[in-house]
Amino acid sequence: MTDQLILTPRQRQDLRTIAALIIPPSEEYRVPGADDEVIQADILATLGRDAGPVATALDHLARLAGMPLADLDAAARDGVVKQFRESGGGPAATLVRVVLQCYYRDERVLRSLGIEMRPPFPKGHVLPEGDWALLDPVRARGGTLRRAPS
Amino acid sequence: MNDPVDVLIIGAGASGAAVAWSLAETRMHILCLEQGGWMNPAEYPSTGRDWEAKFYGEWATSPNVRGRPEDYPINDDNSPIKVVNYNAVGGSTVMYTAHWPRLHPSDFKVRTLDGVADDWPIDYDALTPFFEENDRIMGTSGLSGDPLSPLTHPPMPQQPMGLSGAIIGKAMNKLGWHWWPSDTTVATTDYEGRARCINLGHCTPACAQGAKSSTDITYWPQAIRAGVELRTHCRVREITTDDNGMASGVVYYDKDGVEQFQAAHVVIIACNGVGTPRLLLNSASGRFPNGLANSSGLVGKNLMFHPYAQIYGYVKEPTDSNRAPPTCLWSKEWYDTDLSRGFVRGYGVQFVRGAGPVFEAVVSEQKGILPWGADHHRVFRKLNGHRIGFSAICEDLPEEHNQVTLDPILKDSHGIPAPKINYTISENSQKMMDHALARGREVLETAGATDICINSPIPWGGWHLLGTARMGTDPERSVVNEWGRTHDVKNLFIVDGSIFVTSGGVNPTSTIQALALYIADQMKQRLANLFD
Repeated sequence: MTDQLILTPRQRQDLRTIAALIIPPSEEYRVPGADDEVIQADILATLGRDAGPVATALDHLARLAGMPLADLDAAARDGVVKQFRESGGGPAATLVRVVLQCYYRDERVLRSLGIEMRPPFPKGHVLPEGDWALLDPVRARGGTLRRAPS
Repeated sequence: MNDPVDVLIIGAGASGAAVAWSLAETRMHILCLEQGGWMNPAEYPSTGRDWEAKFYGEWATSPNVRGRPEDYPINDDNSPIKVVNYNAVGGSTVMYTAHWPRLHPSDFKVRTLDGVADDWPIDYDALTPFFEENDRIMGTSGLSGDPLSPLTHPPMPQQPMGLSGAIIGKAMNKLGWHWWPSDTTVATTDYEGRARCINLGHCTPACAQGAKSSTDITYWPQAIRAGVELRTHCRVREITTDDNGMASGVVYYDKDGVEQFQAAHVVIIACNGVGTPRLLLNSASGRFPNGLANSSGLVGKNLMFHPYAQIYGYVKEPTDSNRAPPTCLWSKEWYDTDLSRGFVRGYGVQFVRGAGPVFEAVVSEQKGILPWGADHHRVFRKLNGHRIGFSAICEDLPEEHNQVTLDPILKDSHGIPAPKINYTISENSQKMMDHALARGREVLETAGATDICINSPIPWGGWHLLGTARMGTDPERSVVNEWGRTHDVKNLFIVDGSIFVTSGGVNPTSTIQALALYIADQMKQRLANLFD
């Protein structure tokens, strides 16, 4: 199934609008919003098993809005979003999660967070050994292991 | 028609692998049937940039969410704690935290010491050599000398303390409470063909480096070299019996979905505390109308989960986030009974290093601490990479109404009735969880944490599946005897967590495997009169 067939144009429009409401762009942190073209393309390309619940969530959103979400004025849009978050259930949670999981793997976002853009394997990470003298008070307190009668 | 085998093991996870390895030295014809397949580390989540997204789909901990062909569905609607597991060669050791405490000596004498539940028919000392042998084969890391834990001798040094461990340790010291680096099955040095841990991150859903021990890379290669046959993608439907009431073999579906019969002289079940009662109940017959080995009526009853009480918060200093295995330290401060706390028995604690960015964003949004809109970015930067956590593993006492039955409607892909869980958290467990949350809050606040959040119980926290075919000397009050043989069927054995009498307050895999090795040893000592 191609991404064009997963969601209708109207659904994709509303997805973009609500994604921007979840995460707008920020000049301060030099990051795009979740409505960014690259991030939206990632969402559509990787929906997979989430396509059904996301479509359900967007249909629910469309019913609440009665028109494209972007066409509502700000106050009406805020009201619709509030209702959506209260009544959307599992599908709404899936939609939000899909937006977040694609946003927080975008190169520009990770760079802003100081996170390297790579899979964990094979480079891994380096962990400080720490100061094991912190255990000295635990050793000093000691204690006994509760024994069972034989 | 398959040739009969001497020993048929059902399940290639933690206990099935251990018992297969131990029995291999007998040179008997040993066959293991496993419903899953061999894993491919090249496909593990940490090999891709979408590693966190996979946790919500094909690498979810719940088989109901994951839905791989190897999985079977579980109706856990009537339980606040959902079952999590993994079905493959290695079983749930492929997908676990590798936290490696043992039951304490006192856990085997709960009735004697505290007047609740029952004593085990064996004691800690009976398992000691098998704990040691298992630690050597699984390859453990840790620091000997913990004053409040059973003495262990991990062959590798403990994991680094890291940033999170230091924050937690300092807070625990201020409060005067016990903490210690956890024993784990994460290799901290190169070890018997396994490469050392390089901190790939949250390694619960499998380790691409092979540093985290799972039985597909520890016991199984050795068992297969010793002659054990392992047949994958074979799902057992039922255990059959002969006119003498002895197990005669199993009916299973092979990798092509074709029904097969496999005859065996001895059958060993290693399917965990949900899969084992499911199989026994699905093996009902005219001679065993209530399920196989169920004359006591206890098959499926006394399910124990370990309710997890988790509390976490955010400190100003950076933590290890996803840059290390998820757990690093434990505490046994509240492990033993102190009735002044308002409950009997106790809990272990495992401290959590942190979370990756996607998980942090998703969970924090759900918790309502990460807003939508313009302030999202500022708040996310305050949360991400700053989490520390406290998870209490509360001892669940056996209660017969907590049980596994067969669902009348739900079936797996082969049409085999699926398990159904009925489970409630007891008043004693709830008091224990509340106590743990209060102590956890003290620890977090002492560490300077804010934005404190609670998961109690952790809803997707049904890792530990125990007690549903309990061990005992009385056939009316137990399913297997003190060496793992079912009271009713003298060539049928159970070696997984379902034989636990009580659960302790620790992760059980170390004890499950020690039990499996102990039972295998008992079988080897009794080969001449195994069925007497």
